[in-house]
Amino acid sequence: MASEPAIDLSPDVHDEVKYTTCYMCACRCGIRVHLKDGLVRYIEGNPDHPINKGVLCGKGSSGIMQHYSPARLKKPLKRVGPRGEAKFEEIEWDEALEIAAKWLGDIRKTDPKKLAFFTGRDQSQSLTGWWAAQYGTPNFAAHGGFCSVNMAAAGLYTIGGSFWEFGEPDWDRAKYFMIFGVAEDHDSNPIKTGMGKLKARGSKIVSVNPVRTGYSAIADEWVGIRPGTDGLFVMALIHELLNADKVDLDYLIRYTNMPWLVIQDEGAADHGLFARDADGNPLCYDKTSKKLANAKLPEVAPAMVGEFKLKDGRKAVPAFQILAERYMDPQYSPDAVAKTCGLKAADIRRIAAELARVAFEETIELDVEWTDWAGRKHDKIVGRPVAMHAMRGISAHTNGFHTCRAIHTLQVLLGSVECPGGFRFKPPFPKPIPPGQKPAGKTYAPNTPLPGMPLGFTTGPEDLLLETDGTPVRIDKAYSWEAPIASHGLMHMVITNAWKGDPYKIDTLVMYMANMSWNSTMNTKGVMEMLTDKDPATGEYKIPHIIYSDAYFSEMVAYADLILPDTTYLERWDCISLLDRPICEADGPADAIRQPVVEPDRDVRGFQTVLLDLGVRLGLPGVTNADGTAKYPGGYADYIVNHERTPGIGPLAGFRGKDGDKIGRGEVNPNQLQAYIDNGAFWSHHLEPNQRFYKFANKDYLDFAVHMGFIGHADQIVLQIYSEPMQKFRLAAEGHGANQPPEHMRERLKASFDPLPIWYMPYEEELVDRDAYPLHALTQRPMIMYHSWGSQNAWLRQILGRNKLYMSTVKAKEMGIADGDWVRVTSHNGAIKVQVKTMEGVNPDTVWTWNAIGKRSGAWNLAPDAPEAKKGFLLNHLISELLPPREGRRYSNSDPITGQASWFDLRVRIEKVEPGEEVSQPQFPAIDRPVGLEPAPTVNRFNAGGHAKKGAKAK
Amino acid sequence: MTSLPQSPGQKRLGLVIDLDTCVGCHACATNCKEWNTSGHSAPLTDLNAYQAEQRGVWFNRVFTYEAGGQGDNARTVHFPKNCLHCEFPACVTVCPTGASYKRAEDGIVLVNADICIGCKLCSWACSYGAREYDEDQGVMKKCTLCIDKIYNENLPEADRVPACVATCPAKARHFGDFADPDSHVSRLTRERGGFDLMPETGYQPTSKYLPPRPGAKPLSAAEVKLPTPEGKRDSAGKFLRWVDAVLSR
Repeated sequence: MASEPAIDLSPDVHDEVKYTTCYMCACRCGIRVHLKDGLVRYIEGNPDHPINKGVLCGKGSSGIMQHYSPARLKKPLKRVGPRGEAKFEEIEWDEALEIAAKWLGDIRKTDPKKLAFFTGRDQSQSLTGWWAAQYGTPNFAAHGGFCSVNMAAAGLYTIGGSFWEFGEPDWDRAKYFMIFGVAEDHDSNPIKTGMGKLKARGSKIVSVNPVRTGYSAIADEWVGIRPGTDGLFVMALIHELLNADKVDLDYLIRYTNMPWLVIQDEGAADHGLFARDADGNPLCYDKTSKKLANAKLPEVAPAMVGEFKLKDGRKAVPAFQILAERYMDPQYSPDAVAKTCGLKAADIRRIAAELARVAFEETIELDVEWTDWAGRKHDKIVGRPVAMHAMRGISAHTNGFHTCRAIHTLQVLLGSVECPGGFRFKPPFPKPIPPGQKPAGKTYAPNTPLPGMPLGFTTGPEDLLLETDGTPVRIDKAYSWEAPIASHGLMHMVITNAWKGDPYKIDTLVMYMANMSWNSTMNTKGVMEMLTDKDPATGEYKIPHIIYSDAYFSEMVAYADLILPDTTYLERWDCISLLDRPICEADGPADAIRQPVVEPDRDVRGFQTVLLDLGVRLGLPGVTNADGTAKYPGGYADYIVNHERTPGIGPLAGFRGKDGDKIGRGEVNPNQLQAYIDNGAFWSHHLEPNQRFYKFANKDYLDFAVHMGFIGHADQIVLQIYSEPMQKFRLAAEGHGANQPPEHMRERLKASFDPLPIWYMPYEEELVDRDAYPLHALTQRPMIMYHSWGSQNAWLRQILGRNKLYMSTVKAKEMGIADGDWVRVTSHNGAIKVQVKTMEGVNPDTVWTWNAIGKRSGAWNLAPDAPEAKKGFLLNHLISELLPPREGRRYSNSDPITGQASWFDLRVRIEKVEPGEEVSQPQFPAIDRPVGLEPAPTVNRFNAGGHAKKGAKAK
Repeated sequence: MTSLPQSPGQKRLGLVIDLDTCVGCHACATNCKEWNTSGHSAPLTDLNAYQAEQRGVWFNRVFTYEAGGQGDNARTVHFPKNCLHCEFPACVTVCPTGASYKRAEDGIVLVNADICIGCKLCSWACSYGAREYDEDQGVMKKCTLCIDKIYNENLPEADRVPACVATCPAKARHFGDFADPDSHVSRLTRERGGFDLMPETGYQPTSKYLPPRPGAKPLSAAEVKLPTPEGKRDSAGKFLRWVDAVLSR
């Protein structure tokens, strides 16, 4: 035999390594990009980066194929055929920007709200929202309204922050971890790494999810709950804990509003609000002085139960008493809820017992001296090592806001928020509850910026955005009575409302990275028709102008009139800003940049730079100097460095000041970007050990947060389990106050605006004939795809190139359906034909599929007969953006409080059908490849190594 | 036929793959693909990359199985599969040209593409399905244990581990020398009951799998519940402790 061949063990891997930030999902890990001969050779995790610490997931590791995708757009495009056919001509950037400036300029002079500007998986919302405010339209939001606003809002209105970007489980100390309904494509690496750590220490993981894939598969216990009933399950846990007196009374007294006195005066305009002193401070009953006292004073010893007389003679009780009476009621007992939840009562009781044991008998103590908000020193930090994480499976229901509040309530009752082993905030959170910023848009005028940012936090009916006749100000009806706390807007309603002209017609829809004619919308077929529908009187499209920016030939491209092609993530500047969706750790704030690691080989521009250019053409005040010249002539990179939101505070918190030695607050540093590049494209700051826990009541942390501009003052942030803003909206619904809802909305508002978490049947389930639609239908997110982006990727689509309808083996057998059969799936909104795959790990009343695998034939430069188009499918066709009629009215399919899109309320029936040609239905005409794109290659021999294998033989 | 090294070398390099922790994210698969498509066996060709019947060369593939019963009783296991760099690899001994070989120094099994005739005998011999035929180039390819990374003097020492191990977010993959009883991989194998995949083949795979931990089975719904403290409630059902407590803020 031959001797071993000599092989090169130390080939040159790269000519250069550049650091930047991943964009293969929303996780935003630090990456090192190896470049060889001008090509991207290898992308790996940055070991120093706070998010991923060197690891990189399946998506991030496929970035090369995303960067070189044959679906990349190459040049600005102007529509020349009918909408929906992708007939374009290529135009120069100057012409494209002039067209956009003309459309937007005309309406800014007359009625700026005729611009609806909605961005999708935008990671620059602090710029895009600010730009909308400078333009003067209240009609701005990103995709949060159809993603997880229920989580964000419930957290911000309850504990001052929420899951994921606002806080994280204490992966290093937790002994018991509950994870509810988590999408596997978000917060990708920290959850995987964290669960790895929990398993290595033998901590118990309980996964509450109707489907057992990914994270649920490695959990110690899978709770295969019936969709939309998580809130009831959590309230049963609370019932058990209260009945056994296993709640952290000390914690509730120190850190929450549970001792605050609530006025009990049924029928009065302030019933259910907090009793307050003349200065507006909430009152408690102080057991030491035996008097009413300011509940915020450190020295009071407040009563937690009892009935007390206010100065005016009326009665009040501590909020805790209301909470205890509610959840100790037998209607929340495990026996009472088990059937509805699809669980066993014994399992619920056992999980409650496990929570109590870990929280109260396996306590952690850290010998760290810290100072509380009142200046008192404590010699140790006590931890109750139960941690929780929840995401989209909780939020995408019409009862999601309350369910998320219930989870936070459970955490708080256990005393496990912001302690060692519990759930920990990531700075800049916690924020005051709710954050102080109100939505702007009560006033708007031609050629005038809004007085504030379009999105914010309402605390009562007076903050709603309503015209004097009561109609919504915003096109998506956010901050109207239909969605009073719509902190992220309702992107899923924009096209429907604009098409109907309800509440008014718009002129131009600008969207960025939002595939709203396909997987990002409900009622996909209907929305495609709305986008192409014309006003018979004028022959014009009902939505007259659509401008769209995307890097790729997504399904939405075909429906736009003007395409502004974006760069790939390796070709752009970006900032991952504390003003936006931060990437911090519990132990300290962090932010990051993207830098172009390769130059575009196409005529494309980063959307943020384009937006600034457009702003100059429109003469927007924030982006132009007094003489009309550009304030940021260097585009987005210039803005990132030189923009100041308030003096000393800009998009990046690190390396501020002339010499780059200041953090958080400091003058502009012209060399800031270089400082980031030199530091691996990120900045992070580590809190001192005495600042790391109880951040809402930790003096050293609160002072630091004020310095950094995270919060306005260092007062204690008192956790708001009993939510007064909720009660204010309810009082209005009961007829109190000047701001009154329409009559037909009163009952819904009264029922849903409860100041404590409640559970009610999801609206679609309530309104449809449950015998006709007996099953729940959901989507899950595969770990290897991010929305629709993944399946254009040459590597990822080999892992998952089509989806099926997954259902329980037992249920399928009952129904006479076998693995591989084709079925018709019908909802109140329509029907699809798909192929079934049976499995064990799914709630028997639930069917599900992978999200966004199905593609429109021809889109993304995939072959028209690609399996994504012919076998794959979208569940979206079945989900209506409108609920079935209730008393003759069809409301938005959204949470009544936040307007969160309720994707997971879907009910369906399935029937076996003949397979026919084994193609999923509906099918749509294939879209042609737009001008400029080359046919995708059939053989991919990507090799940036510069040393193709010797002796390779082509066959 | 190709011979194995006469005397095994000082090192036996391989992987430990933890089936308890693997969440099935495919990071090992794609990070391997991106390293190796420009690496020792470049390229890892894809056919119909953007068409129907998409397929390509992968050194690492992750499978997901349900096993153990019905409904709650079943388990879902993610099973990453790649070359196990066997002590007695039939894929080498079956090779008619000497293209497949096991390195004497560290036991890594490689293919010398210069003399591979693409006969596929090795892929028939490998019970683990770890061989990958490159239809475009007509040669067999396989996991190299990132041989151009683990010894690469152009990389910092910390980076000289296989791509699949470096990138694994759940830390379910470990790399090391099984000839050293004190190595991390040897210890993990001992402590966690590491096992050979299909030992009946007699190939004696170097790399080991760690089984799911016993605690990871679905727990029985034993009648465990919190005791209700009796005699401590007031007439309204609230606890006297809540009534009597004098706890200050």
